[in-house]
Parts: sequence; structure tokens; C-alpha cells
Amino acid sequence: MANAVGLRPEAIKAVPVRHPGRWVAAIVVGAIAAYILYTVVTAIQKDHTAQGSGWAAVGHYLFNTLIFRGILVTLELTVLAMAIGIVLGVILAVMRLSPNPVMSWVSWLYIWFFRGTPVLVQIFFWFNLNLVLKSIDIGIPFTSFWLHANTNTLIPPFMAALLGLGFNEAAYMAEIVRAGIISVEHGQTEAAQALGMNRGLVMRRIVLPQAMRVIIPPTGNETISMLKTTSLAFTASVTELFTRQQQIATATYDVLELLIVASIWYLVMTSILTVGQYYVERHFGRGSLRGMPLTPFQRFRGMLFTFHAAPPTSPESVPAGPPIRGRERT
Amino acid sequence: MVKAEAVHKSFGRLEVLRGIDLEVSPKEVMCMIGPSGSGKSTFLRCINHLEKIDAGRLSVDGELVGYQQRGDRLYELRDAEVCRKRSEIGMVFQHFNLFPHMTALDNLIEAPIRVKKESRAVAAERGRKLLERVGLGEKVDAYPRQLSGGQQQRVAIARALAMEPKLMLFDEPTSALDPELVGEVLDVMRGLAEDGMTMVVVTHEMGFAREVSDSLVFMDGGVIVEAGNPRDVLSNPQQERTRAFLSKVL
Repeated sequence: MANAVGLRPEAIKAVPVRHPGRWVAAIVVGAIAAYILYTVVTAIQKDHTAQGSGWAAVGHYLFNTLIFRGILVTLELTVLAMAIGIVLGVILAVMRLSPNPVMSWVSWLYIWFFRGTPVLVQIFFWFNLNLVLKSIDIGIPFTSFWLHANTNTLIPPFMAALLGLGFNEAAYMAEIVRAGIISVEHGQTEAAQALGMNRGLVMRRIVLPQAMRVIIPPTGNETISMLKTTSLAFTASVTELFTRQQQIATATYDVLELLIVASIWYLVMTSILTVGQYYVERHFGRGSLRGMPLTPFQRFRGMLFTFHAAPPTSPESVPAGPPIRGRERT
Repeated sequence: MVKAEAVHKSFGRLEVLRGIDLEVSPKEVMCMIGPSGSGKSTFLRCINHLEKIDAGRLSVDGELVGYQQRGDRLYELRDAEVCRKRSEIGMVFQHFNLFPHMTALDNLIEAPIRVKKESRAVAAERGRKLLERVGLGEKVDAYPRQLSGGQQQRVAIARALAMEPKLMLFDEPTSALDPELVGEVLDVMRGLAEDGMTMVVVTHEMGFAREVSDSLVFMDGGVIVEAGNPRDVLSNPQQERTRAFLSKVL
């Protein structure tokens, strides 16, 4: 018989299934991981540096001024190369989708070339351009207005690395932006056109903001990847983080310790970028979900006031802009 | 308001419009019915130049759509001109096509601010009034995904009205809605008709066509098969094809 409304049968209490296999797997994997970690940590622990143990050396170099200067250059390279990549990438993507065949072909060729050759080759190319091209001259033909620049002064090592990284990145960004643009439904363009908006307005106000949702996650990945790829600037003798640790290592022979120092800093920077990416994604996701997903901090606060471990919150189940309250006990 | 003479349109080898002649007077409500693929939506899209016509003449308010005549030559209009003309014609789509990254009010004020260069305050005030008028005064700050289909379509109608159009085009505005939501949208459209808006409505709602429209056009195979007073056409169709179609939908 159907229960009257409000009369709920008792919650099911059953003996849960045991999973002995999971325990075995966890113990085996955990043991292997612990052994590897132990071996590495103790190897470095040995007293073989000027500071005593390897870990003391890591601590000593971690806040070295040269390392800090290297970090600064790494950040500079990352930001500028990504800026070139994103701006040029958006232009290339719009060109690629342009009804003008010349535009679309030039863009295709650019992407084909810069995506098809290694970024290391491209950095070397800019670094060594001076060997064949002594100066760059820009001006108006048949007049005396000409700008003249020596390639050596125009492209110092930092610039060579920046051009190599930025132009290469633009090719990837172009594809990411293009994918974002074509992911926006055509009805959006039509609705905007029907309201009298011109091509530029439609792109800027309607299509690109919606494309952002698709563009941001891979762009975050690209930025994180770029942060690490800047270490290739080492080959153009740019004094970024990797070059700096290498310089110190050559002088002190604390090679592994300095690699650990560099790794720690790379990890710190990529972790910060990961958090930043999360919040940027959240910003451009507005309107796409019925409610905003909780930030990890909000989720943590929610958990503090919860008596049961909260199941992972699915975005759809969160009502729009709710006050954060603990779950009621049942 | 709208005048079509022998309008033709093809997509590749497929002839979608094969000579459309019709006239919509100011304040008239015209409904277009017919089987899918008959060309009624395409014709509607031609009116605000979302599609280019291949032959014939199509004019809105005495001006050719998409072209300008000087002497006996036709000149294609520049983009800016096309945009200006579109801004005077409101259009409502089957799938609403609201901008999902903007709130209801932002959807309404975007074009008035960007296209007509109105101040935000003026546009927002009219926007609020329009949302009130379509019964969604409470939903000013809601994003489209938070609204039901019927509510979204009413916002879409308000968005078109925010540009103060002289003509409204409706492309199957209730076809994507759950049956119980159709009524609220038709009510808004009925109100618009009573206020004297000139409307061309492509629809499958025969009840609406019968009660609200001043004239009814039945299209099939890219031509107008029958046109006239909606009550006459619906209850006493003269053409065999009209009769066959109506017997299936009524």
C-alpha cells in the first residue's frame, strides 16, 4: 500500500561490501612510493655540500638573490610571451575565419609554420638572425623616409627568446581562440545582427565573451606550460631561473640541490597560476550554470559546519547565490 | 510596410522561394502558415536581410531591403546601412537566442546602448518597463538559463521591443516551447497586436492566427498558395493543398 504523505520508511541499514583488493593495491603502491621518496630524500640528506647536508644547501639557495632575479626574468618572459601569443592569436583566429581568402590563407600558413617547427629552433633562429640579416630597414618605397636598425641591437638575447616563445605561442592560441569562436551557436550572431549590431560589435560583445568559456581553460594550460618552456631561453643565454641555477651549480657543484631549488620555485609559480585560472574560469562561467559553483574556500567553510562528510557539490544542485549554511542533521 | 514582388531565393540548386508577392500594411498582423520547408521562415529572414534575395523586389517602409536604387541601377548597401535598417525591425526566433552571458535586463539594453547610443539610464528605465509589460518585472537580474522557455521567449520579445521597432518579425516563436508555456507567449503577442504593432508571424498556432491576425498566408513549395482573411482561409479554403494541410493540423 502507498504510504501517506510524510510517512517515510526507515532508512536502509545494510552491511557494506568489503573491498580487500583495494587495501592490497593501496598498500603496495604506498610502499613503492614511500621507498622511492625515502631513497631520494636520504641521498640528498648526505653531508656533501659546503652547507652540510643537501637539504641545508637547498634551504641556503632557495632565497638566493640571483635565484630571485632569475624568477623575475622568468615571470617577465612568461607574461610578455603570453601577451604576444594571446593578442596575435586572437588576430590570427579572426583572420582565419575571415571571408577574405588572403587573410585566411596567411593565417593558415602562419599556424602551419610556427606550430610545425620546434620552439627551440625558433628561439635559435631569432638569436642568430644577425648572421644573415645585419639590419632591418622599414620605410616608404621611393621616398627618403626609412628607419634603419641593426639586428644586434634590435634583437638582444631576451628579445630573441621572447619572439621565439611569443610567435610560437600565437599559433597555438589562434587554434584555441578559433575553436572558442566556432563553439558559439550561430543563432547568437543572428540575434545580434537582427538587433542592428555590426560585425565588430557582434564579435566583441556577443561572440568572444561566450567563446571565453571555451578559451580560458586551455589558455591557462598554455600559460602554465609557457612558464616552464621559458627555461629554453637558457639557450639564448637569457638569465632566467634555469640559467641562474645553472650558473650557481657550475660554480659550486651543488647540481642536484639547485635543480630542486628551481623545481620548488617552478611549482610555487604554477600552483599560483592554477588558483588564478580557477577564479578566471568562474568569472567567465557566469550565466552558464544555474548557480555559481562554490569556491574551494566556501566548500571548506561549508564542511566545517557539516556533521556528515559533504558529498562533492555538483554545480547544478547549488541554488543561485545561497548563503553558506551547514546541512541540517537528519 | 512590407512589400514583396516576385521574390526569389535559392540555396545552391534548391529553390526555396519561387515568386512571393504580398503586402503588409501598417498596423496589420499577418500570419504565415504552411508545412516545414515551404519557405516561410526564409521569407521572414529576407525581410531584415539575414538572407539575400536573388530576384524580385522586397521593400520595407518604401525602401528596398539591402539595396539602393539610383537611376536604373541597384547598389548594394554598405554594412552600416544594413545594420541601421535592421535596428528598426524586431525579430523573435524559434530558439529565443538570448545572450546567455547577460542578465535579462542586460539583454534588453545591450543594443539600445551600443547601436542607438542611448545612455545606460534611459535604456535601463525602458528595459525595466518592458520586462514589466511582458510580466517579468521580477526577473530583471536573472540569467536566461534560470528562466523557463516561455519566460525566455518573453524576454526575447522585450529585447526586440527595446529597439522601438516599426515592424516585428516572429519566426515560429512558440514551436520550441512546452505546450503549457505557449499561452503566456501568445498573450504577450496578442497584447502587442492590440497596441497596433505591425507584425509578420510565422506560426503553427492556428487558434492565434484565427483570432489575432488580420490576414493569413498559406505557403507551400516556395509560393503563396492561398491568402486572405484568416477566418475564410481556415474555415473555407479554396485550394486543394490548403485543405490537405489544414485537415492535418486542425
